[in-house]
Amino acid sequence: MSGLSIDNLSMRFDLPNGTSVQALKDVSLKLAEGELMSVLGPSGCGKTTLLNIVAGFLAPTEGQITLNGHLVKGPDAERGMVFQQGALFEWMDVRDNVSFGPRMAGKRERDWGQHVDHLLDVVGLRDFKEKAVYELSGGMQQRVALARCLANDPDVILMDEPLGALDALTREKMQGLVLKLWKETGKTIILITHSVEEALLLGERLLVMAPRPGRIHREYRLPFADMGVNADLREVKKHPDFGEKREEILGMIWDMEEEIMGRAEESA
Amino acid sequence: MIVFAIYIAIFVVSFVVVKFVVHKTVTDYTSLKTVTFGDESAVTPNRIASVISVLSIFLLWGAFTGSSYVPGFLHAPGPFIGDAAFTYTAEAEGQAPDDATVTVRVFEVGTDVDDPEVAPGEGWAKNDVDTVGAWRSGLIRVDRNDEFGRDEGHTVVAVNGEAIAPGQSVQTEFGRVGMSPKGTLNFEPAKGWQMEPIWLPPPEAVLARLGEIASEGYRDSTLWEHLGYSLFRVIVGFFFGALVGIPLGYAMGLSNWFRGWFDPIVEFMRPVPPLALIPLVIIWAGIGEVGKIILLFLAALWIMAIAARAGVSGVAIAKVHAAYSLGASKFQIMRHVIVPNSLPEIFTGARVAMGVCWGTVVAAELVAAEKGAGMMIMVASKFQLTDIVIMGIILIGVIGFGIDILMRMAEKALVPWKGRV
Repeated sequence: MSGLSIDNLSMRFDLPNGTSVQALKDVSLKLAEGELMSVLGPSGCGKTTLLNIVAGFLAPTEGQITLNGHLVKGPDAERGMVFQQGALFEWMDVRDNVSFGPRMAGKRERDWGQHVDHLLDVVGLRDFKEKAVYELSGGMQQRVALARCLANDPDVILMDEPLGALDALTREKMQGLVLKLWKETGKTIILITHSVEEALLLGERLLVMAPRPGRIHREYRLPFADMGVNADLREVKKHPDFGEKREEILGMIWDMEEEIMGRAEESA
Repeated sequence: MIVFAIYIAIFVVSFVVVKFVVHKTVTDYTSLKTVTFGDESAVTPNRIASVISVLSIFLLWGAFTGSSYVPGFLHAPGPFIGDAAFTYTAEAEGQAPDDATVTVRVFEVGTDVDDPEVAPGEGWAKNDVDTVGAWRSGLIRVDRNDEFGRDEGHTVVAVNGEAIAPGQSVQTEFGRVGMSPKGTLNFEPAKGWQMEPIWLPPPEAVLARLGEIASEGYRDSTLWEHLGYSLFRVIVGFFFGALVGIPLGYAMGLSNWFRGWFDPIVEFMRPVPPLALIPLVIIWAGIGEVGKIILLFLAALWIMAIAARAGVSGVAIAKVHAAYSLGASKFQIMRHVIVPNSLPEIFTGARVAMGVCWGTVVAAELVAAEKGAGMMIMVASKFQLTDIVIMGIILIGVIGFGIDILMRMAEKALVPWKGRV
């Protein structure tokens, strides 16, 4: 049984003051190998919690996650993660950062050298191999983080708002890069984002989550990711369906946000 | 007060001169900023000011000690040297008041001097002579050579025509003439504005003493032995402090049990000044090397433990998560993530610890030691060898500064990412 399966996942945080927060409730979904799913939702809908559980950093209070038939119990090299802010190791140069996974696995340079150099070429950092990571711009750092994740050859890549901290132009370029890498490597990817456009552009599947308790609100299957591979993303955005879907989802999220505000006002 | 006023004057004048004469030519990026007041990044140390500042300290030192390094016209007025004279009016029972002159030869202390020669003069009160060292004072028994002594009721009633009584004094052009309770004149030649060498020796005397001690040593040890011993103690004490403190700090940063166990101890010991431990360390370990090293070990230990703990706590959790999901083991995360990530904090702690250790070793040597920079200046002070004391203070400062510079260089080379993340 290949692919990622999330079954009846619930997560409750008990607070010191005796109350508890239901961050996730009965979340179930299946991801086939090679699928790219973007996750969208207002703040507090539990998307980052979901990702942290899949990554193995948190244990769910109920439910389970299976990957390729075995249970997920903790962090592992089979599930790579890309964080919002690189989370790079400043004490290593770019190439050492990218080769961190293989090196920790005890592999020798002749086993990973070519692969790492190829990945550096793909993300356009061939000339920055020896640079210190803190000398790079935000977009370049994020590309190092992507390459570092890919160099470890994980089965699933989890991205927690990987492009959230970038400026609009860099972000668009990076979106193209993510699509390209997805098609080339055939990895299963879960991508969390705040941007509806990004979720539409990159999500082969799109999951809209609702808050309090965090749950799946709606799911879409979208053609835009396939259209966008090796194409101009701006052309994809001009597609009439794209605009229609964007309005629909934006409206949905606005309604949720208003409901939250309303509830906050009531309780206040 | 005068010195301070002159120093402020130099500050103001050189500021005005440099600002309006020299600095007009600078045209870097900062000079184009219109808002500099309040913009910390636009404030850089003015190197011209630094040079003038250091030079003016030496200039003032030289000027107020009559240094041969400073041209004579810049010297502050020195003490009066030469023959001083004043007249006194004496009375005795049944005699008319009579005047006589006192000639006092004021000489530089340390030179041979003869009494000035003067004629005895007219009247029953005879002229007197005496010698007094500069910056000193001397009692002058003017009645001794007079025809009527104290047995006949000899009393001095005026000096230079001004009335004087026991406890009062008269200011003459050569200095102050006072009168003791018993009626003896006391001459204090004018001191000028310069400092006496036993309080503040001129720079060349300090330099000469440096040469002498560097070649001949002081108290059975050469200068290098004194300084070397102090440095050796600091380095050994710091080394062991770091050796124990850093792992302790890591343990406290990584384990609840260690954190709970050592928190009270570390938090209690940190505010205890190492100097307060000197008596206890002397009781337990004596004044030898072991005691000093234990003291410095304790001084460095807590600082390093806290720095290492802060370093571990400061690891962004995302980096640890990233390393785990790249397949790293706990040991690899320790070795490749936590330790390197804590290095900037540890270097900051090491700089503080080195500074504290250097201060502590000097203080400990002041209290009791057979060798060391602190012992050298303490013993010298007991003999009022001010030149050795000043030389010692300057050397201690230079070494402390040197240690900090070396630590900063090491920091730049080893943790170049510090402050840039």
